[in-house]
Amino acid sequence: MAKITLSNLKHSYMPNPSGPADYALKEIDLDWEDGGAYALLGPSGCGKSTLLNIISGLLVPSEGRILFDDVDVTPQPPDKRNIAQVFQFPVIYDTMSVYDNLAFPLRNRGVDAARVDARVREIAEMLDVTEMLGTKAAGLSPDNKQKISMGRGLVRDDVNVVMFDEPLTVIDPHLKWKLRSKLKELHQRVRATMIYVTHDQTEALTFADQVVVMQDGEIVQIGTPVELFERPQHTFVGHFIGSPGMNVLPCEVRDGGAFLGGAHVALEGAVTPGDGVVQLGIRPEFVSLGTAGMPARVARVADVGRHSVVDAVLGDVTVKAIVEGPVPEQGAEVHVAFKPEQTRVYRDGWLATEAGQ
Amino acid sequence: MKTVNQKGWFFVLPVLVLVAFNALIPMMTVVNYSVQETFGDNVFFWEGLGWFEQLLNSERFYAALGRQFMFTGIILAIEVPLGIIIALSMPRQGFWVPVCLVLMALPMLIPWNVVGAMWNIFTLPDIGLLGYLMNTTLGINYDMTQDPVAAWVTIVTMDVWHWTSLVVLLSYAGIVSIPDAYYQAAKIDGASNWAVFRYIQLPKMKTVLTIAILLRFMDSFNIYTEPFVLTGGGPGNSTTLLSIDLVKIALGQFDLGPAAAMSLIYFAITLLVSWVFYTVMTKDDAQ
Repeated sequence: MAKITLSNLKHSYMPNPSGPADYALKEIDLDWEDGGAYALLGPSGCGKSTLLNIISGLLVPSEGRILFDDVDVTPQPPDKRNIAQVFQFPVIYDTMSVYDNLAFPLRNRGVDAARVDARVREIAEMLDVTEMLGTKAAGLSPDNKQKISMGRGLVRDDVNVVMFDEPLTVIDPHLKWKLRSKLKELHQRVRATMIYVTHDQTEALTFADQVVVMQDGEIVQIGTPVELFERPQHTFVGHFIGSPGMNVLPCEVRDGGAFLGGAHVALEGAVTPGDGVVQLGIRPEFVSLGTAGMPARVARVADVGRHSVVDAVLGDVTVKAIVEGPVPEQGAEVHVAFKPEQTRVYRDGWLATEAGQ
Repeated sequence: MKTVNQKGWFFVLPVLVLVAFNALIPMMTVVNYSVQETFGDNVFFWEGLGWFEQLLNSERFYAALGRQFMFTGIILAIEVPLGIIIALSMPRQGFWVPVCLVLMALPMLIPWNVVGAMWNIFTLPDIGLLGYLMNTTLGINYDMTQDPVAAWVTIVTMDVWHWTSLVVLLSYAGIVSIPDAYYQAAKIDGASNWAVFRYIQLPKMKTVLTIAILLRFMDSFNIYTEPFVLTGGGPGNSTTLLSIDLVKIALGQFDLGPAAAMSLIYFAITLLVSWVFYTVMTKDDAQ
């Protein structure tokens, strides 16, 4: 187990990158604390798998260094780094039994048979696969196969980090939550540093203590699930996390206040000085429909089960609001109010209000 | 009540007719010949199982059968490992992939009798490029028309040249179908190159390799044209494989009965070996 430091990391798949657009990863500086549960969240193509492969050593970065406990491992191949990786599609050795699959990484490292046996049984116990140890791995269901490939990562007790590359993609929906809670439980038992790559916010937010949100090869925000939800540092985070995502509305800033369609909007704190395109960010959870506030018309109501999502047209912008209980009808005239402590201004995408008290 | 629909048979009929004309009827004429004796003029005498009895007691048959098994055994022992090695060392992406594939496919596109003629001319000691080089420049005594060992080396080399590509292409198809994640996982698990081959590549190649070996077995066991054109079965009888011997008996000596009996036994052996091999290889998958 180790602390992992990424220092000035850049990567391009092109031999001679010229501009920032040629880089799949642009300047990454990041510390992963020992024993932490991290999620790397971002849309497809944002560079999260590239970053993962650089940490595991399958890719050598164009620039920058990777340090495990302050030791530079940048030039080391994967097997020297003592890491484990679980892939999107379960990788198992078809011709071997479940037992041999789990024993494989240890036997390759010349661990003695008694120790191998003890570790394999311990891990099998943790994963609830003890009764399958004797069977051939080829015949298992996808979720059990994925468990075995996780087990191969956990069986070594000296792993620096276990990495998961969208491991639940091929798992049936009703088994996903089961494996997800298993993962969480495993993390608590083995206390290894774990990095979980996904584009699914539910997976990221349930698994991780710290979520790293990436976009276009850059880290946009690092924080706990609550921080990401309550105070997104960037409109991308606000929009990407949440269902539906944060309302991002064009606005005006003058005399230190924000105006939406001419009406003054109360904010969490003072707007930081600067130039650029400003936008107002407010999550649908904090938009209320009632008798006070800005007049609007209901354009659409979507019942999503526990609550309804209402699209309210306010001048020429549409604001989404989450409403619990009775909802206004389509076409109804309502008044929209924003919760001031959750209303923020973003300049060029980045948060531009000071935190309120 | 379940309705019985017999219309399905109607759709099978065309295939049945086809199989009858291209396999069953020709085969039955052979069966017919195998139990009779003829001296020409389309006059036949009943012989019973006499030809089979005679054949199974014939030293000549066992010698040819032995040579046949030896030939098939040698070429399989060379072509299968060699084919796998070549397939493993071929590039898996980029510019050279189509180049390699075309180069590999070339020998297989050449007609059998042309291959025989090519290698005949190539290896003749007086005019052939290889034969001449070996004898004069290198000073190695090599004459496939006189020396049985040289003849064997030549027919084996010719078959390896002609057909290793089949094993290569099928193995290659198996190898490229393996997702990258398997290699990455193996790297992380600290697997050696041998372990990667043994536990990832070989299992993934198993199905195509079974087909490749089966095809090579059947083809080489029934081989006729190439060695016939190259050596004509000589020197002496040293390269007289089963099919060459069969044609000698049927057309050279016009012994239709014994030749028919031999054909049937020949067919039975090919079928039996193929069936046993296929059953053993696919036994695990059925479980």
